Amino acid sequence: MTAFTPSIFDSFAFGIYPYIAMAIMFIGSWIRYDREQYTWKTSSSQIMEKKQLRKGSIAFHIGVIAIFFGHFAGLLMPKSVWHLLGITTEMKQLIAMGVGGFFGLICFYGLTILIIRRLTNPRVRAGSSTMDIAILLVLYAQLILGLLSIFVSMGHLDGAEMLKLMAWAQNTMTFQSAAAVEAISGVHWIFKAHVFLGMTIFVLFPFSRLVHMLSVPVQYVRRQHQIVRQRFVR
Amino acid sequence: MKVRAQIGMVLNLDKCIGCHTCSITCKNVWTSREGVEYAWFNNVETKPGIGFPKEWENQQKWNGGWVKNAKGELELKIGGKRRVLANIFANPDLPEIDDYYEPFDFDYQHLHNAPDSKHQPVARPRSLITGKRMEKIEWGPNWEEILGTEFAKRKKDQNFNEVVQKDIYGQFEKTFMMYLPRLCEHCLNPACVAACPSGAIYKREEDGIVLIDQDKCRGWRMCVSACPYKKIYYNWKTGKSEKCTFCFPRIEAGQPTVCSETCVGRIRYLGVLLYDADRIAEAAGVANEQDLYQAQLDIFLDPNDPKVIEAARAEGIPDNWINAAQQSPVYMMAMEWKVALPLHPEYRTLPMVWYVPPLSPIQSAVQAGHVGMNGEIPDLKSLRIPLRYLANMLTAGDEKPVVRALERMIAMRAFKRSQQVDGVEDLEVLKSVGLTALQVEQMYRYMALANYEDRFVIPTSHRAYAENAYDLKSSCGFSFGNGCGDGNNGVSLFGTKAKGVRQVIPVELKD
Repeated sequence: MTAFTPSIFDSFAFGIYPYIAMAIMFIGSWIRYDREQYTWKTSSSQIMEKKQLRKGSIAFHIGVIAIFFGHFAGLLMPKSVWHLLGITTEMKQLIAMGVGGFFGLICFYGLTILIIRRLTNPRVRAGSSTMDIAILLVLYAQLILGLLSIFVSMGHLDGAEMLKLMAWAQNTMTFQSAAAVEAISGVHWIFKAHVFLGMTIFVLFPFSRLVHMLSVPVQYVRRQHQIVRQRFVR
Repeated sequence: MKVRAQIGMVLNLDKCIGCHTCSITCKNVWTSREGVEYAWFNNVETKPGIGFPKEWENQQKWNGGWVKNAKGELELKIGGKRRVLANIFANPDLPEIDDYYEPFDFDYQHLHNAPDSKHQPVARPRSLITGKRMEKIEWGPNWEEILGTEFAKRKKDQNFNEVVQKDIYGQFEKTFMMYLPRLCEHCLNPACVAACPSGAIYKREEDGIVLIDQDKCRGWRMCVSACPYKKIYYNWKTGKSEKCTFCFPRIEAGQPTVCSETCVGRIRYLGVLLYDADRIAEAAGVANEQDLYQAQLDIFLDPNDPKVIEAARAEGIPDNWINAAQQSPVYMMAMEWKVALPLHPEYRTLPMVWYVPPLSPIQSAVQAGHVGMNGEIPDLKSLRIPLRYLANMLTAGDEKPVVRALERMIAMRAFKRSQQVDGVEDLEVLKSVGLTALQVEQMYRYMALANYEDRFVIPTSHRAYAENAYDLKSSCGFSFGNGCGDGNNGVSLFGTKAKGVRQVIPVELKD
């Protein structure tokens, strides 16, 4: 390493915190799944209010799922793979802004409706836990930061900032945290805030209703209609 | 042939007095908790009416039950599996709390501590969801009690479909009513099980009770829509669905369900039915809706047939269950006398809670000389409750089975009257309805006298053989959620030994 010395905040927030966050997410979810199945649920409030939920929830979920996979591909797929697919860094930057912006706005529309609904409908509010409300607001803040970052990216159409973030993510995943911290230390504060809050969502994950995304019922398509259980003890 | 046993129920609507004792005792035992204040695993509706939740029988609105799709396959009316998953973010067919009712309580304390005032203090309602004042209660689990609400609303009852001149039943002189106590049907082809994306709902092999695994339920709430009887309720507090358990802890001990035990009219019967599990799909999939009733009868097996007994033993059904099936009042009413009929067989779920159609209004009209007689049996065309109305409810619109059931009940009365009042046995009336004197004496014993031991023939389950009783020692018994966890980890990082689980068939038993 050269003589680069990151600030204490940077080396904690982007070098150590991601590992703490992911550890809490994995181990926390594991413990909750193992010990507290009864609490593992979507916490739907549709029975209390249906019309706004339909508008908000569908838009929010479509947006957020697209954004999730977008981040996954955009951050963790190495530069060389993108180039192999014939996509230059400049093109990738534009794709990220376009696709991210598009689904970000869909998600923003849905989440806005959901937050208004949860805070103003007395019945929905009565059935909400503190975490239900908190997680919506955290996601909202994160979404707004993400959307704002598009404007920052407009000043870097060559994709230089994006490459730094990719380097941070990939170095983090390969446990080279010093290189990761160095890569991210120079980016705009909006990106830093976005990454930090993202890690915080990982921390909140096992304590919130977000765990329901681990229970996407894919096996439903393959299983037969009827289920009969025999009495039997392991 | 794959023989399976189920505890079925019959409700004799002819004797239901609409007292709601079943609903109240069920409520007190099962749903007097936060989150399910609005849920009634058992409720009694006054018909005609749109019921609870509103218009539950209108499947154009709620899309419950099964349909045959273009390819002739059985499919959920809410859609195929892909459509179910596509609607997982917001279920278009889910009732809202107002379709049931906003649960409420009253400010009783105000009656104690109200200050001096000009008027007498009253206890005003308060929402059990928000805790806020409710100015007006809009609906309830039995809002149409004894023909409450105007006929214009009640005539939306789906059982009026194709009833001639239904508007005349809004006139005071022509009106009619009956009670319909409802609970989970514990179907042979349950739509809720098929709709559950998590696979949390299951049918128990040994007694046919349909239950929701509270640990596996994730609250996708597709079961609420798929159940055409709207007998699955979403607990808004726990975020899980709940339903009638058929009081399985009592059934296992050989006791009747709470609703049956407490029925003051003695209208409820519980008994074992043996059926052929291999033919469920065939029976649920017959082309014509009006054939569904007969198709379901066809898969019930005769418990006295030696071949059936042999096959049942081969499936591991205990002898006390086979004996119970041979004395089952449910089998007698459904199969031998054919006086019990399924509720809305056209939903294709093969329901297992059956109903004897109500009779009383005919007799009083006959005695007053308003009704034509065909020999001893009155002309059922001039019933106070239109035949078509009962047929829409119990046989997908086919009037013949309803007529047979009603005529047999009238014949039983005529026979017993001639026997006990005139001292002669009127065998003519029995011949006209296809019953023998022995059968009628049996009907009289079960339906008129209705002794406790005859109404409830419930074999105890063989838990002691199936489970390792030592493992159950000091366990938490029936509980919600994680009631058993004591927080001690032992060797495992994540807790105590796994609780007993029910295996999904097919399963290999190891010895």
